[in-house]
Amino acid sequence: MLQEESDLALIIAQIVQKLKGSTLYAQLERQAWASLQRPEIKLESLKEDIKEFFKISGWEKKLQNAVYSELNVFPLPSHPAAPPEHLKEPLVYMRKAQVLINLRNPNYENGDSHSFRTHLGLIQVPLKVKDIPELKEFFVELGLTAGQLGIDDSTQVPPELFENEHVRIGQKVLSEQDSAAAQQYIRQGSPTALRAELWALILNTSSQPEDILYYEQLKTNVIQHDLLVDSLIYKDVKLTASNDDYYFVFEDYLYQVLLCFSRDTSVLGHFAYNSASPPKSYIRGKLGLEEYAVFYPPNGVIPFHGFSMYVAPLCFLYHEPSKLYQIFREMYVRFFFRLHSISSHPSGIVSLCLLFETLLQTYLPQLFYHLREIGAQPLRISFKWMVRAFSGYLATDQLLLLWDRILGYNSLEILAVLAAAVFAFRAVNLMEVTSLAAAEAVLADLSTLKVMPLLQIFLFATVT
Amino acid sequence: MAGKVKWVTDIEKSVLINNFEKRGWVQVTENEDWNFYWMSVQTIRNVFSVETGYRLADDQIVNHFPNHYELTRKDLMVKNIKRYRKELEKEGSPLAEKDESGKYLYLDFVPITYMLPADYNLFVEEFRKSPSSTWIMKPCGKAQGKGIFLINKLSQIKKWSRDSKTSSFMTQSTKEAYVISLYINNPLLIGGRKFDLRLYVLVSTYRPLRCYMYKLGFCRFCTVKYTPSTSELDNMFVHLTNVAIQKHGEDYNHIHGGKWTVNNLRLYLESTRGKEVTSKLFDEIHWIIVQSLKAVAPVMNNDKHCFECYGYDIIIDDKLKPWLIEVNASPSLTSSTANDRILKYNLINDTLNIAVPNGEIPDCKWNKSPPKEVLGNYEILYDEELAQGDGADRELRSRPGQSLGPRGGRSRDSGRTVLTTWK
Repeated sequence: MLQEESDLALIIAQIVQKLKGSTLYAQLERQAWASLQRPEIKLESLKEDIKEFFKISGWEKKLQNAVYSELNVFPLPSHPAAPPEHLKEPLVYMRKAQVLINLRNPNYENGDSHSFRTHLGLIQVPLKVKDIPELKEFFVELGLTAGQLGIDDSTQVPPELFENEHVRIGQKVLSEQDSAAAQQYIRQGSPTALRAELWALILNTSSQPEDILYYEQLKTNVIQHDLLVDSLIYKDVKLTASNDDYYFVFEDYLYQVLLCFSRDTSVLGHFAYNSASPPKSYIRGKLGLEEYAVFYPPNGVIPFHGFSMYVAPLCFLYHEPSKLYQIFREMYVRFFFRLHSISSHPSGIVSLCLLFETLLQTYLPQLFYHLREIGAQPLRISFKWMVRAFSGYLATDQLLLLWDRILGYNSLEILAVLAAAVFAFRAVNLMEVTSLAAAEAVLADLSTLKVMPLLQIFLFATVT
Repeated sequence: MAGKVKWVTDIEKSVLINNFEKRGWVQVTENEDWNFYWMSVQTIRNVFSVETGYRLADDQIVNHFPNHYELTRKDLMVKNIKRYRKELEKEGSPLAEKDESGKYLYLDFVPITYMLPADYNLFVEEFRKSPSSTWIMKPCGKAQGKGIFLINKLSQIKKWSRDSKTSSFMTQSTKEAYVISLYINNPLLIGGRKFDLRLYVLVSTYRPLRCYMYKLGFCRFCTVKYTPSTSELDNMFVHLTNVAIQKHGEDYNHIHGGKWTVNNLRLYLESTRGKEVTSKLFDEIHWIIVQSLKAVAPVMNNDKHCFECYGYDIIIDDKLKPWLIEVNASPSLTSSTANDRILKYNLINDTLNIAVPNGEIPDCKWNKSPPKEVLGNYEILYDEELAQGDGADRELRSRPGQSLGPRGGRSRDSGRTVLTTWK
């Protein structure tokens, strides 16, 4: 009991510490001072009255959302004496691996020659991943008895059965402005018209004048200074989004958002819990001297081929550039960074790969062995899907339904489950192929897939 | 066993020919006995002209109505719509209701248009009311964006101000006749780009009016970011969405061809603007198409040997109001991308399934009421017979408060009825 209490106290202390530096804190302070003018605030019961005022005016809700947001993002508190590297990544060998990875293309597969258990896949790292019973529990809202958007809103189903009510609840959640409720709600999918607002609520972004000003400043930086990574961004957009049936329209927005992103030093904050570290560059002649080190690019993130595909789907939701930017940045520092840094985190790419391979080997052993025999290790095909969070592979409406669940469960594990579900779906065709190229061909076009039925069948309707 | 359908065409396009061949139809020449002729607009003129025309037999079908130009020539379309509106006004129909400033509430879907040189003076009067506006000059008889230019000064169209009194449109040489319309300089932009909508509409008969909307329409985007600035008025890439023009732009992409499906548009609008306004927009689009067909129905030669597949061009402005720009009698069957080829192939396929039932030798006396199963990607846009009859035996689910009056007949959104918010 005592341990739990002291853990809780530690968590509270850390969150308070984090929030003290935020805009919200300043706003609350201002509001508290201003409220002194109000008649209902009495000196004798100052504390209670102000608390009551915060409750009524919705500020308490904003504080709740901020705390909830922090809980989502920050890892569990560790021993107070633990060095900061532990917060980034507790496993030593992972930290070592990450240093090496920093120098290489993130499209890299970790393959050791040691084997553990009888794992036949490419990932030979003893990380804990969930099995199907655990996944069923984790993703309980996706079960067969609950309604889902992506299934129960199809044209054959009368809207009165689920959709109408779900939309109504969604509108209520939005009017309450409750982050936690929104996150719970969105596990069953978001109605198209409410999605933009719901994501903003869950990610706890605000649209204060300061935020818009900050974005304008980033844009000014873009105009004033060129960065070498700008060329990487241009190349990436031209090679990926510009050729995409869905996203080519937003080419200009993608440039805008990514060029600003590269210059946004606030992104450096996420390296506190990211196993990776931002690359450093030294002023000429001062190599090794910390006082002359700068992070390069300013946000510490070097874009790679396909990076713009993290932003592209968001363009369907936000047509205002500063809002689009905020949402993307938040999505990146919460989720996407894990897809290209080596860590032991359950949502990190290594765990996702392992989860995928384990699911496949355990529940579709024949398929797995067959593909391995013909030299088509399944991960070789599914890796690119997971690294891009399926962006550019699924139809946009399906992708958004998938990302709804990423936000709802605050986890990327669903990417691995979907990858396995896709293999399960195409198993019959895959059993007949005799080469890696043929396997790739069977799985080349995912644009007609319906994500939610696939996931449901794989998790809840397969005999385990 | 009925014989095989004998077909002729003077348009050498694979999407057509592949469709004929897959049905096992037999190619013949124009001079032989043919059952099905997919003809260009020049040929239809000959078939139905006074001098060179000939009677079609009961087992012969063609893909144009004799006087389709009532709808597909820019000046005649406007003339017919104006006439239709005046008629409705005269009979006191609620459709012709106007607002305080004299604008039609439900029938204002064509930008202000004048014929040149005939209406030159009327145009000048209108131009002077808002001298900073931009107008678009379009030659009446051309397509693919040819000969179009923008003006914002009267001096730019000096040559049409010559006093030339002509009595009718028929005596005017088509080379000289232009229409001038108020340019929509506040188009809805997506990703900063201007786009227009191309929708396919199949008409099997005008009286009673029976028309179908192809569900897979698409948006055509400009490759360059839109700017209303006057310095860019000459840059056709910014303003004209015709693929024929965009194809020559530097940024033209051959993978997607600058095209978006209508479903993408719907997803984008619902996500950024909300469901109600998006549904209202699509309802309005269906409405204006039906109204344009009703406008020309009285003057159209409803020859029973004919059907027609039109290409409707629609622009949406930033207030989410759709505008009918023009109707094409011969929508392009050229494919600019792989997706395009598939779309046009399926379009022709579904069109043939409706126009030539069962792929058998046609009998033009049939009732032109195909069963639901053959519609393919088409959905009923408007069926005058059904709308005027008792609507109760239709299997459409209607929501409470929905009126099934003479304006009924709605387009179904992928199988499900969409509440039309038509008043």
